[in-house]
Amino acid sequence: MRQVQSTKSKAQMKTRPSAKKAAKKPSVKKTEKAQAKDRALGLLPKNQVLQMMDLMVKSRVLEERLIKVYKAGDAFFWIGGPGEEAFGVPLGLLTNKGQGPAYDYLHLHYRGTPTLIAMGMPYLESIRLIMNRATDRSTGGRNFANHYCYPEWNVVPVGSPIEVQYGMAIGTALAQRRRKMKKEASGVTIVTGGDAGSAEGDFASCLIWSSRPGNELPIYITVQNNKWGISTPFSEQHGEKNVADRGKAFGIRTNVVNGNDPIESYFQIQGDLDYIKKNTRPVLTEFHVSRLYGHSSASGANRDSGEDPIELFEKRLVDSKYVAPGFVKELWAQYDVESRQAADIARSEAGPSKDTIWDHVYADGENADWRKF
Amino acid sequence: MANMAQAIRMALHYGEKNLGVTDIFGEDVGAPLGGAFTVTQGLETAWNSPLDERGIVSTAIGLGLAGDRCVAEIQFCDYIFNTIDLLKIAGNTLWCSNGQYNMPIVVMTPVGAGIRGSVYHSHSFDAWAARLPGWKVVMPSTPLDAYGLMISAIKDPNPVLFLKPKSLLRVRGEELLPGEPAEKELKSMIDAPIGDRSKWKARWPKLGEFEIPIGKGKIVHEGSDVTVVSYGRTLPLCVKAAQELATQGRSVEVIDLRSIYPYDWQMIRESVQKTGRVLFVNEDTEVTNFGEHLAYRVTQELFYEIHARPRVLAGKNLPGIGLHPNLEEASVPHYEDIVHELREVLEEVP
Repeated sequence: MRQVQSTKSKAQMKTRPSAKKAAKKPSVKKTEKAQAKDRALGLLPKNQVLQMMDLMVKSRVLEERLIKVYKAGDAFFWIGGPGEEAFGVPLGLLTNKGQGPAYDYLHLHYRGTPTLIAMGMPYLESIRLIMNRATDRSTGGRNFANHYCYPEWNVVPVGSPIEVQYGMAIGTALAQRRRKMKKEASGVTIVTGGDAGSAEGDFASCLIWSSRPGNELPIYITVQNNKWGISTPFSEQHGEKNVADRGKAFGIRTNVVNGNDPIESYFQIQGDLDYIKKNTRPVLTEFHVSRLYGHSSASGANRDSGEDPIELFEKRLVDSKYVAPGFVKELWAQYDVESRQAADIARSEAGPSKDTIWDHVYADGENADWRKF
Repeated sequence: MANMAQAIRMALHYGEKNLGVTDIFGEDVGAPLGGAFTVTQGLETAWNSPLDERGIVSTAIGLGLAGDRCVAEIQFCDYIFNTIDLLKIAGNTLWCSNGQYNMPIVVMTPVGAGIRGSVYHSHSFDAWAARLPGWKVVMPSTPLDAYGLMISAIKDPNPVLFLKPKSLLRVRGEELLPGEPAEKELKSMIDAPIGDRSKWKARWPKLGEFEIPIGKGKIVHEGSDVTVVSYGRTLPLCVKAAQELATQGRSVEVIDLRSIYPYDWQMIRESVQKTGRVLFVNEDTEVTNFGEHLAYRVTQELFYEIHARPRVLAGKNLPGIGLHPNLEEASVPHYEDIVHELREVLEEVP
């Protein structure tokens, strides 16, 4: 079977040799704002900045491939998060990935592709998932696109019910707190979700349980506010100015940041995780992000207007002479080929067989079919 | 002899000492109360949670994902209904992850009528629970079975719903638990005192491991004329009815199912093949009742071997159990109802 190779450092190979030199001599015509952005860029090593650009494009190309797969009739449904790359990629890069409470747990919702791409997920695995192939390593062809499951990275199964992950995150964080108190290696629990879902009681549960006096939890509560719940605007349903403000009532450190800026996201996430690890206390951060293809294929999965974090970042890198104009276009084309190859492979693979429906109802192969009791 | 509350408490203690239980939690589960029915008094890993059933179940799921072992409690099953989607998730996690994440959690909750609990302390949950694939569902009717089923539930790699028949929690057993001391001594060791409990600590007897395999029923009264299958509160009523009918020359076989899912079909089948007649008794509401599934299966698989229609005696299909004794007694099966129904089955002429 052919394997699609994951692109490791295309971005680094395609940078202009003179970019570093150019970056030292900013144009006098640049605005103050642009200069401030440059300073922010300069806080990260250049290869890391370019790596983020690379991964953001890589993730977007995958999401667009998933949409094409759906529109070609090779999948029943698409749901995902194109437009959230500037949040999801830094999150994936900063996650301490591994298995068990010593590492970070990720309770993602169905917009986690950028995070998984940043963690190293190959295209093929995501495409097998949307095509519900037997080879789908997350669900074995049982669940929707973007419903990832990677036990070796503590990515617990993504579900469709809205916001339940905020409640489950309490449990993994509790397990980690216990280990931290015993001076054992322990990570933090990270949970992601949307602004509309924050209306669910599970979000309130997360705030309450993570801030119990004397039992505060190492949990990173994040909200990706794209200002929509399917077709319903956030502004029509929420009186609170910021979702994050709700954390203040519980003494939780809160932040509202521009999740369309990968540099701002990166430093915010890094600082938040450091705080959580150091203090064993929760943080609630709201990231304002874009929703560029609607909620799901149920609403057409067509390109919407809205700020595109990749376009913004590309412009910034070009302005700062990190990359040449056309850099992203070229990168895009390369990943498009890779995604097409992965789709071709997945398309040729079989779906799960009918006789597997009773597999894994109970652990260890125990029969769960009453006809055989 | 220990009562069922004490037996479950001792099983939980055995679990936290020997089986890696890290958390026993829920509303009022920790000190000072130790549970609305005293089931969790004195346990080292017991703690009080916020009054938040969804938080309790989802925290249990999270602990399960992290590989820790917990026993979570919903104080009354009447308040578990707003967690139904979480229970579904716990039941489908292994399946949805294609076998990658086990969900080794136990959720226990008191069920049923019999304590004049009114509308919201008398619900049953076994019929609902049987519709939660991926879960195992057990319901003891004796302290020894409660002890053995809880230990099995804790050891099981799947989510187990442990239904506690609340009207039997204070009923003493007829068999000793492994390591159980004399009744008076036991009380002084593991029952929290009335009043100030701030300095009280349980003194636990040296308990032994004892498992009731999940999925295995028990014939608690042998007979040859009719089979009655029950569990929980109605089980001892069935035994009493069998004893009464025995004085009239009728031989009733009583099966304590103990596990609702998976269930002991082999035991039911062999018994019904022997008696040719069967009655299923439980107190959940009668429409889409779990007993109906069993009656359906008897009809499908044993139709030509039975001499009477399989019957189900269950709670009336009402929105609640009324507080007044007349209302409660008219709503759920009682001893007289069981005797009456058994006579009907016995007298039916094919």
